[in-house]
Amino acid sequence: MNKDAALKGTAFHLDGTPVTGFPAPGERLSEMLREGLGARDVKIGCNAGDCGACTVLVDGAPVCACLTPAQQVAGRQVETLAGLYRSDPIAKDLGSRFEDHGAAQCGICTPGMMVSAVALLRETPAPSTMQVQDALGGVLCRCTGYRKIIDAVRGVTPMAQAAEGQVGDAIRKLDSAPKVSGHEAFGDDVAPAGTLEIFILRSPYPRAGFALGDTQAYVAATDGIAAVLTAADIPGRNVFGVIPQFMDQPVFAEAETRFRGEAVAAIVGTPEAIRAFNPADFPITWEERPAACDIASAQAPAAAQLHAGRPANVMCGGFVACGDAQAALAAADVTVEGHFSSGFVEHAYIEPEAGFARMVGDRVEVQACTQAPVMDREALEIILGLDASKIRILPTAVGGGFGAKLDITVQPYLALAAMKTGKPVRLTYSRSESMQSSTKRHPSDITLQIGATKEGRITGFNFFGAFDTGAYASWGPTVANRVPVHASGPYQIADYRAESRGIHTNNPPAGAFRGFGVPQSAIAQESLFDVLAEKLGMDALEFRILNALENGATTVCGQVFTQGVGIGKCLESLRPAWAAEQAEAQAYNAANTVLKRGVGLAAGWYGCGNTSLPNPSTIKSGIRADGTVVLHQGAMDIGQGANTVITQIFATALGTEATGIEIIGADTDITPDAGKTSASRQTYVSGNAARLSGEALRAQILDLMNVAKTAQLSFGDGVIRATDAAGAHELTLSELTPDAEGYLLRAQETYDPPTKPLDANGQGEPYAQFGYAAHLVVVEVDTAYGTVKPLKFVAAHDVGKAINPMLVEGQVHGGIAQGLGMALMEEYLPGRTENLHDYLIPTIGDIPPIETIIIEEPDAHGPYGAKGLGEHVLIPTAPAILNAIYNATGARITQVPATPARVRAAIKALSE
Amino acid sequence: MSYHSPTELALALDIAATPGGKIVAGGTDVYPSAKQGIHPDHYLDLTRVAELCGISQTSAGWRIGAATTWSQIIRADLPPAFDGLKQAAREVGSIQIQNAGTIAGNLCNASPAADGVPPLLTLDASVELASAARGTRVLPLSEFVQGVRQTALAADELVTAILVPPVPLDAGSCFEKLGSRKYLVISITMTAALVRCDNRGLITAARIAVGACSAVAQRLPALEAELIGQHINDIAVRPDHLAPLSPIDDVRGSGLFRLDVVAEQCLRAIRKAAGHE
Repeated sequence: MNKDAALKGTAFHLDGTPVTGFPAPGERLSEMLREGLGARDVKIGCNAGDCGACTVLVDGAPVCACLTPAQQVAGRQVETLAGLYRSDPIAKDLGSRFEDHGAAQCGICTPGMMVSAVALLRETPAPSTMQVQDALGGVLCRCTGYRKIIDAVRGVTPMAQAAEGQVGDAIRKLDSAPKVSGHEAFGDDVAPAGTLEIFILRSPYPRAGFALGDTQAYVAATDGIAAVLTAADIPGRNVFGVIPQFMDQPVFAEAETRFRGEAVAAIVGTPEAIRAFNPADFPITWEERPAACDIASAQAPAAAQLHAGRPANVMCGGFVACGDAQAALAAADVTVEGHFSSGFVEHAYIEPEAGFARMVGDRVEVQACTQAPVMDREALEIILGLDASKIRILPTAVGGGFGAKLDITVQPYLALAAMKTGKPVRLTYSRSESMQSSTKRHPSDITLQIGATKEGRITGFNFFGAFDTGAYASWGPTVANRVPVHASGPYQIADYRAESRGIHTNNPPAGAFRGFGVPQSAIAQESLFDVLAEKLGMDALEFRILNALENGATTVCGQVFTQGVGIGKCLESLRPAWAAEQAEAQAYNAANTVLKRGVGLAAGWYGCGNTSLPNPSTIKSGIRADGTVVLHQGAMDIGQGANTVITQIFATALGTEATGIEIIGADTDITPDAGKTSASRQTYVSGNAARLSGEALRAQILDLMNVAKTAQLSFGDGVIRATDAAGAHELTLSELTPDAEGYLLRAQETYDPPTKPLDANGQGEPYAQFGYAAHLVVVEVDTAYGTVKPLKFVAAHDVGKAINPMLVEGQVHGGIAQGLGMALMEEYLPGRTENLHDYLIPTIGDIPPIETIIIEEPDAHGPYGAKGLGEHVLIPTAPAILNAIYNATGARITQVPATPARVRAAIKALSE
Repeated sequence: MSYHSPTELALALDIAATPGGKIVAGGTDVYPSAKQGIHPDHYLDLTRVAELCGISQTSAGWRIGAATTWSQIIRADLPPAFDGLKQAAREVGSIQIQNAGTIAGNLCNASPAADGVPPLLTLDASVELASAARGTRVLPLSEFVQGVRQTALAADELVTAILVPPVPLDAGSCFEKLGSRKYLVISITMTAALVRCDNRGLITAARIAVGACSAVAQRLPALEAELIGQHINDIAVRPDHLAPLSPIDDVRGSGLFRLDVVAEQCLRAIRKAAGHE
């Protein structure tokens, strides 16, 4: 192509329409489609062909648009999800099935999944599971666990019902339509093309000194660069952190960086200037310094102290004790002990951190993907030195969060750049900078001793866990506090001691990740339970049932739940599968020498909401003059389904259909704070606020209309209709006076879980409710290779009340997929696995069928009895897999991930 | 900066002779390895050069055009000796990658874990190179790939084809890959085998190649020689057979682990290639 050709552009058909793009030489097709031609339905997750989110069809064949030179499609047919959904009946039907199965959770992978599936279905209208897996193997999903996607593509009978959306109804997600049509707008999808971009310059070393040169001269001398921002440009304080007492992280490092990937400067420029920006030309010099990159070296006498006031790099610890663990262990008939460890785990949401900011008058408005919009605003108040009234957070759709989008990431850079330049700006992290700089699951190093009587009653439990919290605190203190509270598992243990410690290192900050440290402690506890049961000669399931918590029993924190304890039912529900699968595995093993099957179990519990701290949610609702019921739903939906679940609860309380309610999201200008999406708290806490709001609104209506408490309500056409035993009644809304927001009736209610502080021994009431879980897994181990293939899961979850059973299954599947990844393949190594081909997460071929058993042991505090679920799921998964590996091979794996190399080494060690 | 997409080989070779360019075909290695702010003077896109596309059979064997994609190889009508290559093709990334990535790109990228190399070694493949200045030359594949990210390709040269000599039509072949997950996975170890047995199950021809266990994938000549005349059910792989291998420790596994599993992988590949398993 010569220059004339470049001027003529690249002409091709986009979704059947002739178009011409004008890409830079070698520009990626994904960029031309998204920025040049407005096809924002093409999602970019990795820019390396590792995730498949950008899949489009070129002449009918699926390719990654991020790897395709834009010029290469000249004269060809390019199809994307939005066009396919518009014009191809196969895609439209598929979209409907995705909605009916809940196959789109966050929706960021949905375009890649659906486009790949359309290519398959055009050739193979009735594919087998394996054909679906082969066709979709190139698209990663972090939310669903893939099984719902397989079901949707195959067209098996869906779970969703055409129901009103009351509590208990498995309705489609209320926000799934734009996810399957390609119209959902995520963090990178809201900025207009041509918006100024930001490049963040990051530390190439775990610890380094640095000196900036003349950045103003650099700006003046470089075409298209609008500004360079450093610590000196921060109008407020250069610090952020999610826990006020532990705020320690700078927006830009000053003088020294504490981890590889830490930001030191932000370069703001036109898209062309940012594309041309070569970090080697930037005026900065680096001096690499000795770094402590693991717990042991961070605690060595020679280690540099990362933060003032935290000697020996100890951030903080947690402690729970009851009875006398040492005495009980000494008196126990049988004791076991073990040492367990795990590495960093990356959240690996398919949507990297991304957003857009602009000035609106003297206010700064940030649109970004987030799990905690009000916390984002609070952080920006400090950094920007602005009053909250000058900041608006307008969350976009979130392409997965799992904990890491609780912390601010792109937000301060966007806000600072918009304020500095006065112009709109955008920022999207590359996959590698997302992995380098976002928080991680804490690596753990755990020792544990457990004793039991010869009858199998646990007597004595002594736990110590050290957690690598990385360079900054983030949610590390929460992990330190949660672990000792949960390390017992859902069991009765009278003599208990659990201590945790968070240690700073020159690693990326470890923070919140689905389970806050509990999945790590559960690996130790549930593995040793199997060891203990075997030593006692007891069945592993019956041993757990014997020791399980029950109503009226005392937890290790001295808390007594007189109701709502469902772990016994979870475990008991596994009895049939436990017997049948063990028999089947034994028969298989008798006939096979290299491949060996095993069955494993594990259980877990998790307290919903903040640990002994207030965490209120507020939900506002109102009725407009036309009769529209509006719900200000501030609980961030990150794919898990809060938009649907909270609305179902509200609708049930109000007494109307969920599907007719207008949902307004977590815009901080107009929607009250429903707290962060974390701690498995939204269904429980925001759900209660929604219930209260719905009940309050209903009470007002009943009062105004003077109808019976059981009256049936309906809304629309400017009237509210009520039907009771006395007949039909109407309230004409125009007779009422609207408030400033146009609501004629409104109700705003707040719920905060009742908890009590923990004393020095961790005794108190940390949570108002716990949820419970027990998993069974069958694995097949290739003993010659060390590979482990899970064949089947049976997962029992006590959710109190399944507000939407389809979404319950979605959470179970997705949590198991993440637990499986943690167990078998995921380990983030700074500097070595900063992409999605060296850091492996499960693909569609790695997740076996999952049978979900929903247990409903109602909780007195939960809305309609409901409990939280999101984090509970992956707690038992990894230890269940490790127990199954042992059952199959006799090899006990104590370090995750159980890679082929580790499993094979453990198997070889048995015969040496 | 410019983007050239010639349709004729002669023009492509002229452009290739201009320094500062970047050759692109499927883009599956070009884009992931791109560095922030560093752009070539020009791109040379080879996907529209007719001479570089497609598979043909000649009196000298098979000619696989350099820009032939893995999907085209999977769909091609080829004898069973190519089954290993087809199985490897299905393991190259994902369908998206197979639809774009080319066989010559896989060789020129020269990754120790390139899926295409072991089966091509068992096919005794060679690489046809061309330049405007010096015309055409042919190198055995084992001489073309010289090390990690190193090949014999001169700055002004293009790979034009992969040449495979006639194969025994009654030979079977197979590709075995060990990775930590099902799809989209870089090999921990991989083995290709091409085997012919007589009707008693005695091995009459064997070619074994192992990838991801040395800087460049290696044939195992001592093992190949010893297999001749053995019954397929009696074969064994000993450490000395693996002498050409020098696996390293990396995030996917240790060198010792690789040596341990690759012996088993060779056995499985040989048996599967012979149709036993």
